[in-house]
Amino acid sequence: MAMRKVAVVGAGMTKFMRRAQETGRELAFQASRMALDSCEMTLDDIDAVALGTAPDAFDGLHMKGEYLSDGAGAWHKPYMRCYVGGGTGVFAAIQGWYHVASGLFDTCLVVCEEKMSSCQPHPQAAFLTIFDHTTERALKPNLVWIFALEMNRYMTMHGIEKKDIARVAVKNKRNALDHPCAQLAADITVEDVLNSEVLAWPVQRLDISPTSDGAVAIVMAAEHVAKRITDKPAWVRGVGWSLDTAYWTSRDLYYPKYVEYAARMAYDMAGITEPRKEIHVVEPYDPFDYKELHHLEGLLLADKGDAARLTAEGVTARDGNMPVCPSGGMLGVGNPIAAAGLMKVSEIFWQLRGEAGKRQVPGQPQTGLAQSWGDLMQVGCVVILGV
Amino acid sequence: MRQVAIVGVGYSGFRSISPDLSYKELMYEAAAKAYDDAGVDPRRDVESFVSVAEDFNEGTSIFDEYVPDQIGGVLKPVHTIPGDGIHGLIAAYMQVLTGAMDIVMVEAHSKASNVLTLSDVVAYAMDPIYNRPLRANPLFIAGMEMNRYLYKTGTTEEQCAQVVVKNRANGFLNPSAAYGARLSLDAVLSSEPLSYPLKRLEVSSHADGAIVMVLASGDVAPELSALPIWITGVGWCNETPSLETRDWESATYARNSAEMAYRVAGIRNPRLEIDFAEVDDTFAYKELQHMEALGLCREGEAGLLLEEGTTELDGELPLNPSGGNLGVGHLLDASGLARVLEVVLQLRGEAGQRQLEDVETGLAFGWRSIPTTSGAAVVLSN
Repeated sequence: MAMRKVAVVGAGMTKFMRRAQETGRELAFQASRMALDSCEMTLDDIDAVALGTAPDAFDGLHMKGEYLSDGAGAWHKPYMRCYVGGGTGVFAAIQGWYHVASGLFDTCLVVCEEKMSSCQPHPQAAFLTIFDHTTERALKPNLVWIFALEMNRYMTMHGIEKKDIARVAVKNKRNALDHPCAQLAADITVEDVLNSEVLAWPVQRLDISPTSDGAVAIVMAAEHVAKRITDKPAWVRGVGWSLDTAYWTSRDLYYPKYVEYAARMAYDMAGITEPRKEIHVVEPYDPFDYKELHHLEGLLLADKGDAARLTAEGVTARDGNMPVCPSGGMLGVGNPIAAAGLMKVSEIFWQLRGEAGKRQVPGQPQTGLAQSWGDLMQVGCVVILGV
Repeated sequence: MRQVAIVGVGYSGFRSISPDLSYKELMYEAAAKAYDDAGVDPRRDVESFVSVAEDFNEGTSIFDEYVPDQIGGVLKPVHTIPGDGIHGLIAAYMQVLTGAMDIVMVEAHSKASNVLTLSDVVAYAMDPIYNRPLRANPLFIAGMEMNRYLYKTGTTEEQCAQVVVKNRANGFLNPSAAYGARLSLDAVLSSEPLSYPLKRLEVSSHADGAIVMVLASGDVAPELSALPIWITGVGWCNETPSLETRDWESATYARNSAEMAYRVAGIRNPRLEIDFAEVDDTFAYKELQHMEALGLCREGEAGLLLEEGTTELDGELPLNPSGGNLGVGHLLDASGLARVLEVVLQLRGEAGQRQLEDVETGLAFGWRSIPTTSGAAVVLSN
C-alpha cells in the first residue's frame, strides 16, 4: 500500500547553553515560534503536537510532558509525548512522521526540550536512577563509567588508539565554530584531548559533550500541504528504530547491533541499497567522540573498526566525501538530550535545503541521515530525509 | 484510511497489592495472554511495540529501558508514550494507519502498591514556580473543580455519591475488579471529606496490574481473530497545565477528544450511536462531568440520568459496566486502557455476569488525573 508522503517544512532552535534563564516551557515556546516563523505558519495551522523530552528527574517534574504542553503550542490540541531515553530527539521526528503519515493530521509540530541545569549540583546525579534498582543501582554507576566500558571494548576489539578517536572531538568542535547556537565550539588539537582530565579511563573530559539547556522544533506536513508551504520540502524517506535488551551486561558492547537494525529498517523504507553511496550527509549521535565512529559502523556507513581511519583521512570532514556532523554535533553544539537529537534532524533539513550557511557541505546533498542513541546503550533511532 | 482492529487482549490483575509479582512479571503475563489471544508470536509477527509509563510512577528514570525483554520486543521497534494508556493505543493505531506496519502491540501497567508516597509523586507534577511553593495536597484541585461543577450544573452531592454506589456494585460482578462492593449511599456520603466536597469513598483507590492489546490492520485482522473489534475513531486533547487559566467547569479536554473521535468515526449523534461507555471516574463527579463533556447528555443532565437508572447495567446507556476506576481500581497510566479493555470484552460478549445485551458501539475515555487536563477517547465497534 502506498504510504502518505511526509515532509519537514520548517525548523527552529534556541541557543544551547550551560544554564538558560528561561524555564523549560519558555525554551519550548521559543523553538516552536522559530520553527513556525521559518515556514510562515501559525499555531492555527498546526493539527497536532508531538513532544520529546528526556528524564523527568532533570527537572524534578512528574509528567514533564504535561507541564511543557502549552509552551510547546499544544493548547487545545492533540498532544502526545514520546520517550526512548537519549534517542528521544530523533524519535520525536518519527512520531511526527506517524502522526501525519497515519492520515489523521495534515500538519504536526514536533518539539524537543531539555533543561538539565535544574538538576543540582550536576545532572549526572539524575542518571543514577536509570539503573536497575536491584542489580546495578547499589554499585552507584554513572554514565561516564559505563560508556568507558563500551569505549574500552570498542578500542580493544579493533586495536584503535585514543588519538584516532580524539580526532572526532577536534573535528566536531571545530565544525561548531560556524554554528550560531553552539555551546562548546573550539579550535583544539588532538593533544588537547589527550591531555585533558581523565574521568573514567579511557574517557577524558574533551571526549564528552557538555550538559546543556535548549530546545528545537520542526514542522512536518503531508504532501499536499507541504507543497503549498514551501518549494523545498525535505521528504521523510525512511524511519527506523530498535531497542535492545535491558540486560546490557549480557551484550558485546563493541558493536551497536540495535543501530544496524534501525538503519536497515530505514534503508528498506527509503529503498536505499547502497547507503555509502546514497547518503550524502550524516548526523550520527556523538555524545562521546567514540560514539560517532561506533554509530557510523552501526549505520553500515563504515566497515567495523574502520570509521577511525575514515576520520583520519578526512572522509568525514565537512568537505570530505561523506560529511559527518557538519553541525558540530553534540560535542560542539551541545547536548540538551532530546533537543540535541532533533537538532540533528534540523541540521539535515538545513543542509539539504542549502540553508546551513557557513556549515553548508559542498555538492548539493540530496539525501541525509540523522541518528540518535540512548537508554542503557540500547536504542537506535534513524530518520532519512531527501529532497 | 486503513481499517484497524484490536485482535488480542490480555491482562494481569487487578489487585490492591501484588507482592508476589514484579512489574516485569505483570507485563509478561498480560503480554503472553494477549499474544495467545491473537495467535501471534511477538518475535515473528509483531512489528512494533508501544509501552506506556511515567518515570516517577516507576521510580526509575528512562523507564523504557526496562520494557523490551518481558514483552518480546528485544531488537525490535519499541517506544514509550508517557501518557494515558489510550494515548499509547492511539500511537499503535497511527503506526498501523501509516501502512508501514500490520501488527502493533500496546502495553500499560500499574505497580502503584510499590509507591510509598503516591500523593507526593503527584505533587511533583505541580508547576514548580507558581504552585508547588503553596505545598498544597494536589487533591485540592479535584475538590475545587467538583465544587464548581456542582454549582454550575446543579448536580447534587448525593448524585456524585450514587456514582460510587453504581460503579462499585458493577465491580462486584467483575472478577478482575479490585474494589467491587455493595455500598449504601449513606456510607459514601458519610465518608470523610478529603477536599470539600470530595469525600474519601469518591476517590478511586489504586490497584496493580498490566494490560496488553494487539492491533492489526484490516488486511490481517480477520485471519487473527474471529471477532476483531474495530477502532473506528480516536481523539485526544490537552487543555493547559496552568491551574490559573484552565476551564474549571466543563472538561474541555474531554469535549475536544470526543469531538475528534466522533469526527473520525463519522458519528453525528453520540447519544443515539454510542451503546455504552467506559469513562474516567477517578473521582466520582468526573463520571458525570465527563459524560456531559463527551456529548452523551446535556450539561447538568448526567446526575438526573444516573438517578433514573439510565447509566445502570440494564439502562439505556450503561456507564462503566466494568466498575470503572472506582470499582476496578485506578491503574495509574493503565487506567484508560482498562476502560478500553472492558469495551472490547463487552463487544466480544465476554463480559460474564455484567454482559450488556445487543451492544455494537462503545466509547472509552481516559483522563490523566490531577493536575492535568489531558484526555483521550476511542470509539470501538464489533
